[in-house]
Amino acid sequence: MTSKEALYHYVLKMGDSSLIMGHRLSEWTAHGPVLEHDIALTNIALDYIGQARMLLTYAGELEGKGRSEDDLAYWRDAAQYRNSLLCELPNGDFGQTVVKMFLFDAFQVELHEALSQSPDEQLKAIAIKSLKESKYHLRYSRDWVLRLGDGTEESKIRIANGLEAVWMYFGDLFAPSEGESVLVSDGIVPETASLRKRVEETLRKTFEEATMAVPDFDAVMQEGSQRGIHTEYLSYILSEMQSVTRMHPGATW
Amino acid sequence: MEEQEKLARFQERIDSGQKIEPKDWMPERYRKQLTRMISQHAHSEIVGMLPEGNWITRAPSLRRKVALLAKVQDEAGHGLYLYSAVETLGVTREDVINEYLEGRAKYSSIFNYPTLTWADIGAIGWLVDGAAIINQTMLARGSYGPYSRAMVRICKEESFHNRQGYEIIYTLAQGTPEQKQMAQDALNRWWQPAIQMVGPPDDNSPNSAETMRWQIKVESNDVIRQRFIDRTVPQAHAAGLTIPDDQLKFNEETGHWETGPIDWDEFWRVVKGNGPCNRQRIQDRINAEREGQWVLDAAAAYAKKQGKKQLTLTE
Repeated sequence: MTSKEALYHYVLKMGDSSLIMGHRLSEWTAHGPVLEHDIALTNIALDYIGQARMLLTYAGELEGKGRSEDDLAYWRDAAQYRNSLLCELPNGDFGQTVVKMFLFDAFQVELHEALSQSPDEQLKAIAIKSLKESKYHLRYSRDWVLRLGDGTEESKIRIANGLEAVWMYFGDLFAPSEGESVLVSDGIVPETASLRKRVEETLRKTFEEATMAVPDFDAVMQEGSQRGIHTEYLSYILSEMQSVTRMHPGATW
Repeated sequence: MEEQEKLARFQERIDSGQKIEPKDWMPERYRKQLTRMISQHAHSEIVGMLPEGNWITRAPSLRRKVALLAKVQDEAGHGLYLYSAVETLGVTREDVINEYLEGRAKYSSIFNYPTLTWADIGAIGWLVDGAAIINQTMLARGSYGPYSRAMVRICKEESFHNRQGYEIIYTLAQGTPEQKQMAQDALNRWWQPAIQMVGPPDDNSPNSAETMRWQIKVESNDVIRQRFIDRTVPQAHAAGLTIPDDQLKFNEETGHWETGPIDWDEFWRVVKGNGPCNRQRIQDRINAEREGQWVLDAAAAYAKKQGKKQLTLTE
């Protein structure tokens, strides 16, 4: 595999993850708990989808077949999506949403930090811009993990249940994209698995501070996203997201 | 000072175009009318997020998705400033929110119609925001300082939404035959609710005389509605769409577009709670508020514990 092909897969993983995270968060819009948090969740959804647009546009360029961000978002099926499994999980209650965001954001901050040094100019530029956003996202989701974890009896139970529901998808965040080793040996990206220790450290500290049980980092994890094996949820997300566009092939909007 | 004299001074201030500020004396009825109007307006912003939010996950391009998310977020922001404006009148946000959740306060009735296709997102921006802007530009000249200032800010954002909505409709109308049909169908369904939304005719508008005397409203419903119609009809024609009114005609003498009869029975039916989505909209808001409660409780409990920790640290 050429470096360019490998980079296409790598960028696709990032773009799809941001898109599907953004999609799930946007489900909260107009239904958010308390107006201020409706606004905050929508704002974060906007950042994720903004990142997805830059990444999918870049993926299309790398692929070289003239596919646009919309071609990639709307005209691929679940098996062609490369988002991490965590992103596609249902929102559950606010506690589950927040803990899911927290795992993702803790990962994103490390990833964007590392890619800010990439010799690939485009990837570097996207990472630098996204890093500012992911740091803010992490602050938001981490603060809520603390509040809910160390809040009321009810919130403790809810967030613990939320963590339990999403935990087995944590490991898949670190699954290498197809051909990642090519990029690693060319020094373009870090080995994704190498980010794991630092992410686990953020998690451990936060859960301890939140007076929550720290989850088992060696637990059995689900994987498969980088081979196109997703959860049952993704095809529902896509059938909703793509429905209008696919009813009108060739139309402009 | 005698009540009558205070009232006369108040009316003089209004008539000379001065703004009334929160700490100024105001008649109880003035306070009540404003509380009613501003809180209805705030609820409308919040309930209005629901029909538009309905298409975020299905927006047909990422550019449209981002624009719609940002628009719905703006509406939430408008709700926030308006709840702050209403709090200057001595009520709490919680009080007024409870009123509408319990069915004791109204919100713009137009949001009790469903959004059935993507074109409805264009129709809301074009027609609903279009009518709202004309109304709100007038309200921005109103006598109560905090409300009129909130309106100035809100109108700027609404104008942007309005252009975006029209652009969605216009693009559809120039698109495939199916897209054009979608745009026309949306206009067919939203036209009557849109021309009804600035309120009932002047001879049947229970609050108008009082709100106009106090310059909370500076123009009547009929004037606002006519301005909206005159502005919108040519826009429909420019997009190649037909206004669903076979009696619509341009009066050369007055320079106004004249419509056929407006279905006020329908308007009152929906205002009184029997529109297609009244129950669903309120239930969705009740669910959101309920979901919010345990979150707020947790935040409060956490803040209290942190406060105690801070105290121990400084001791």
